[in-house]
Amino acid sequence: MPATFTRSTQVEPERRDTGIGGKPPVDRRPTGGGGEGDNWENRQPGRRGPRELLNRYRLAIGFALAGDMMFFVALVSAFYVRQAAGHIDGANNYISDWHPMSLPPILWLNTAVLVLSSLTVEIGRRQLFREIDVMEEWFGLGKPTVRRATPWLIATAVLGALFVAGQWLAWQQLYSQGFFYSTNPNSNFFYMITGTHAFHLLLGLFAVAFALVSLRMLKRIEYRQIAVDCTAWYWHTMGAFWLFLFGLLAFAQ
Amino acid sequence: MSADSEAGQKLEREQWAERLYALEPGSQPRRPSRNPLPWLFNTHHRIIGIQYLLLSLVAVAAGTILSLVMRIHLVWPGVALPFFGQVKPEDYLALVTMHGTLMVFFVLTTAPLSGFANLVLPEQIGARRMALPTMNALSFWLTVLALAVLLAAFLVPGGAPISGWTSYPPLSAVPSAGPGQGLGMDMWLLSIAIFCIASWIGSVNILATIVGERCEGMALNRMPLTAWSWLVASLLVLISFSVLLAALLLLFFDRHLGTSFFLPMGDFVAGHIRSHGDGSPLLWLHLFWFFGHPEVYIAVLPGMGITSSLLANFSRRPVLGLPMMSATTVLIGLLGLVVWGHHMFVSGMNPYAGTAFALTTMAIAVPSSAKVLSWLGTLSGGGLRLTTPMLFAIGFVSLFIAGGLTGPILAQPALDTYLHNTYFVVAHFHLIMAMAGAFSIFAGVYYWFPLMTGRLMNESLGKLHFWLTLIAAYGTFFPMHFAGLAGEPRHYSQLAGTTPALQALLPLQKHITYFAFVLAAAQFLFLANLIWSALRGNRASKNPWQATTMEWASMLEDSPEIFTSTLRLPASQSKRKVYRGPYEYGLRSDGSDFIMQCHPNAKPE
Repeated sequence: MPATFTRSTQVEPERRDTGIGGKPPVDRRPTGGGGEGDNWENRQPGRRGPRELLNRYRLAIGFALAGDMMFFVALVSAFYVRQAAGHIDGANNYISDWHPMSLPPILWLNTAVLVLSSLTVEIGRRQLFREIDVMEEWFGLGKPTVRRATPWLIATAVLGALFVAGQWLAWQQLYSQGFFYSTNPNSNFFYMITGTHAFHLLLGLFAVAFALVSLRMLKRIEYRQIAVDCTAWYWHTMGAFWLFLFGLLAFAQ
Repeated sequence: MSADSEAGQKLEREQWAERLYALEPGSQPRRPSRNPLPWLFNTHHRIIGIQYLLLSLVAVAAGTILSLVMRIHLVWPGVALPFFGQVKPEDYLALVTMHGTLMVFFVLTTAPLSGFANLVLPEQIGARRMALPTMNALSFWLTVLALAVLLAAFLVPGGAPISGWTSYPPLSAVPSAGPGQGLGMDMWLLSIAIFCIASWIGSVNILATIVGERCEGMALNRMPLTAWSWLVASLLVLISFSVLLAALLLLFFDRHLGTSFFLPMGDFVAGHIRSHGDGSPLLWLHLFWFFGHPEVYIAVLPGMGITSSLLANFSRRPVLGLPMMSATTVLIGLLGLVVWGHHMFVSGMNPYAGTAFALTTMAIAVPSSAKVLSWLGTLSGGGLRLTTPMLFAIGFVSLFIAGGLTGPILAQPALDTYLHNTYFVVAHFHLIMAMAGAFSIFAGVYYWFPLMTGRLMNESLGKLHFWLTLIAAYGTFFPMHFAGLAGEPRHYSQLAGTTPALQALLPLQKHITYFAFVLAAAQFLFLANLIWSALRGNRASKNPWQATTMEWASMLEDSPEIFTSTLRLPASQSKRKVYRGPYEYGLRSDGSDFIMQCHPNAKPE
């Protein structure tokens, strides 16, 4: 009997799955128009595609930042509750211990700096996804994305540091006016909100530094994309949080 | 022919292992070494799951000892105990605080969510690993650190904190308010803050895994109910623990930086006026219970998922109303976010707000009842396989009903005004959260034990453990309803020397204490079973419970060495594919009564 060999299972070339897949990590989206029909039930949710690993980290950072948002939401709701608190004294007068204070004007400058830094980090992020550059790195012909993105990330780090320094100046100005942390509930909240946000921004500066290092150190373009991309989303979110928190401090006290 | 193909597959697998573990071609795979360090700092999800379960075993042992000390002191106030000596009233409060904190955070949050999700979630949804393995390990070790900091609070000057696991201000905000309110309270704040961050990282990981790592064909409507419950519980962690972290920060500032977020005007504690601000303790209550109530669902939702799966498996019937069950899981999670005010009916909250919270609270009875109906419907018709995990799952249903029925009662502000600070509430939450939660943990451990060790737990010991635990659980917590209705306040360290009406309850409390001892003693059976079965238990067959969900698929497909080390990554998981829903039980024309989700050779659905 001639040996016929029929495989019962489909054999795929197996390899250590880095979650990246074999295609170059370029930013080309599939064609629109629902080419797959209504086959959504059997579609692969965790795609073995060029951007699988990137999407995994984006998901994680998105969830983490959503949780972080709840942290600030809690502080803001405490702000409103504390603002509305008061007591009635012996003469039946309603007394509130919340005193409005004028914010240091440098905060407006800081806000502009932070918005600008969001712009630079976005430009830097997009350098990592230019298809022609990514292909060049994929083939090992050079590192154009590193060359292009580095100045923008450095600019972001400088602007971010400027923002934190500006916040420090604002605190100094309030100190010199006699507004300390425990002077007044309003100043409590001012220092606490700006302080926790500045702490988050310091973490962001570490992330930018990490992204700058990883542009040099990480061997694969996919990993470099992840480092810069997640940093950028974190940075944007901190910018958005600041706009929200600054609006609260400037207009709602 | 088939031998050829088997040999070919074996060869492929060896080559795969070479590539996976970066071995030189032809060399032997590395033997597991006796060095514990790689085991401890492992990023494999299943090991992390076991580590979480062991952590909560330590915490539950500590918490149980504390509760027994409380029970003894309550009925025999004069007895001096080893290690504790004569229990003073402030010691009693410290015991209450530490018991609650240990049990709620380090047992009921850790075991059902982090423990079981790490143990089986990736396999259940056909992922090869959690999305962020390193963060996962980090999350676990932060939890260990949090537990160490919490237990260290016993050793600092002044002892453990005394303001309850809820840490209500104004007393918790004043370091000189009591013996444990100084450094002990700061340790508590630090521990819970670390725990918040650890849980936050862990649930980001679970969410990213469920949303992004499901295998081909694993659509949402094919996800097992356990995965659904971990999804919703992780979302709740993300939403609520962040708020708790903010509240802890505010409380820390009140204690050390002279602010008055929670301290009311003219707060007079221990002979001094502590505050000149207009803070409000109610603000803490709002922030805390915005965390605290979802926390209850974080603890019990995974238990519901486990129960649904186990009832379907051991009654060999599909889950009744599967889409409804996943929908009610989500609904309970959503409603759980808007009911926190029912903890504050007697705290001076606006009565109109109380009415709103009463309505939302009673609304939770609807999805909960739907779940109970589904469980009972799945059970009805007989033919049950009454294994130990099944018994514990049925016990969960029983306790969930018994504890749940008092929920709508306590949701009435008028009734709650009388019952809130009595043993009635203690009975309610111990039955529905503590005991139901513990039963689901037991069910899970008995059920998934083969995945951890390759062996089955002893059935006779397990059944004895179940019956003793069930009887003692009801014996301990059910009479507390009557103590509460008779007006006995909770948090009182002793009944002797109070009013005659309360002293008349002493015999009842003595019986509760006896049952509490039986309950604790029964757990030695579990412990013995755990150790004995891990070392000498019967080898589990492949897929020992004939389950449909995919955590058992790795046992089916891999070489026998999986039984000696279930912790190695099975080769075939990278190309898992799902063809059908999660609970395809029921007799088929080919004689089998179940079909696995990843089994291809059948018509779908």
